[in-house]
Formats: sequence, C-alpha cells, structure tokens
Amino acid sequence: MTPELIAFWAFFTVTVLAAVGVISLKNPVHAALSLVLTFFTTACLWLLLQAEFLGITLILVYVGAVMVLFLFVVMMLDINTTPLREGFAKYFPVGMLVAGVMLVEILALLGLKQTDAWPTLSETDPASALGKSNIEWIGEALFTRFMLPFEIAAVILTVAIVVAVLLTLRRRTGTKTQDPSKQVMVRREDRVRLIKMKAESKQESTP
Amino acid sequence: MIGLNHYLLLGAVLFSLSIAGIIINRKNVIVLLMCIELMLLAVNVNFIAFSRFNAEVSGQVFVFFILTVAAAEAAIGLAILVTLFRNRRTINVAELDSLKG
Repeated sequence: MTPELIAFWAFFTVTVLAAVGVISLKNPVHAALSLVLTFFTTACLWLLLQAEFLGITLILVYVGAVMVLFLFVVMMLDINTTPLREGFAKYFPVGMLVAGVMLVEILALLGLKQTDAWPTLSETDPASALGKSNIEWIGEALFTRFMLPFEIAAVILTVAIVVAVLLTLRRRTGTKTQDPSKQVMVRREDRVRLIKMKAESKQESTP
Repeated sequence: MIGLNHYLLLGAVLFSLSIAGIIINRKNVIVLLMCIELMLLAVNVNFIAFSRFNAEVSGQVFVFFILTVAAAEAAIGLAILVTLFRNRRTINVAELDSLKG
C-alpha cells in the first residue's frame, strides 16, 4: 500500500458514503450538503490523477455555484417532505436490485478478482511528460483543436442564463416600476396642457 | 500504485448509487436533479481516468464541456422547478399529471 493508494481508498470511502447520503437523507438540505461533500472528495481524487484544473473547476463551479443554487432553491420552496417520501420503502428494494445488478455487471467487466492484473497508471502525468503544466496542456487543446466546441459552450451558457431568467421572471401587479421606453417616448402633448382662460381681475391681499 | 480500474470502480459505484437514487426518490424533483448531477460526476471520473491512462487531452477537455452543460442544465432545471412550484404549490412528480400522458 503506497501512500497514494491509502489516500485513494480514504477518499473513495468518503465519496461513496456521501453519495449514499445524497440518495437516502430525508431533508433536501442535508442531501445537498452531502452532495457537496461528494464533489469535494471527488475533486481530491482528480487531484490524485494530476488533473488539477478540472479538480479546482469542480470545486469552484459545482460547490461554489451549482450547489449554492440548489440550496437557494430548496430554501425558496416551502416543501413538505412527508408526501415526497411515500414510496421510499416500496421502491427501496427495486432500486437496490437494479443498482446491484448494474454494479455487478460493471465489476464483472472490470475483473474485480484479478486486481493484480489491473492496468496501472504511469508515474508521471502526460502533461508533465511534455514539460507542461496541466492547465497549459488543456488550454492548448481547448483553444486550438476544440475552439468551436468551446465557443458553442459559451453560447449554451448564455442561452441558459437568458432562459433561466425568463422562466423565473414574474410580473407582479401593484408594484411601482419604471418603464424606460415609455419614459423616452413621452411627448410634450402628453404632459403639458395649455388652457386659455381670462386673467383674473384683482387678487385680494391676505393679511 | 493506483490503477485505471480503481477509478473505473469509483465511477461504477457512483453511477449505480445515482440510478438507485433516481428509483427510490422518484417523487422528489430536487433529489432527482441531484442524482443526475451525481451520474454526470461518475461519467466525468471515467473520462479523467481514461484521459490520464491514454495520455490524451481530449478526455479532460470533454469533462470541461460536460461541466459546462451540466451547469446550464442545473440552472434551467431549477428555474423550471421554481416555476412549477409557483404554479402548482408542489414538486411531487406523482401530482404533475396535467398533461394526462
């Protein structure tokens, strides 16, 4: 057992336990926090693979943005979790059966018995073998070979922002809001009215 | 020494757990979305492990794109969830039957 392998199994255990928490905890807030732990330990596992950029991105994007969004939504919605848990006991055996069968099938493909025959990873990561850092390695590919997908990803994110805002936009009645286009389009006739009237004769001075 | 299959094992376990989560939490939309995130994470683990094993950068670039699309998906999914809750006052999947499908 090398220190790397010990670290791997430690992170592996925490990741799997946290993932079990995600699917089994009753309170959605606890499930979301458990998912944060899953992402964090997975990022640590990616760092063990010297995928530094993606490990940090996972923490920044997922823990920092997506999971906070989840927690915000859980907080905004007033959810009664009791009716949502109705079928839990009923579907638990089915879920475990399906998951167990899938897991056994995948493990059969991996060959869990002959763990010595597993292909080992190279000592040095491919980026440093080329004399680059991980970020340089990814960045070079991203801005040359994958330029078009990169741009499309940016467009997808922009569309997602627009859609998310548009979906949740709500026009409340009775609030006082400004309409800039109406303000700009206003003409003199709409605001000023000239009235022709006779001049009043004499004002009585007040004492 | 850590092998490729250690990471594939992790991906398999995470994927199976998220499948189980989707089946047993089939009424709660929030947990369903979280299980989908977990599933994408399992796929990403496999991609990164293979990228390292084959010394090929495209695996990691693909993970980058998956993260992007997953973030967009989470944002839109949660926006739909908020709209849904505003209109129906529930997020129970069993009660979302107005389409009569």
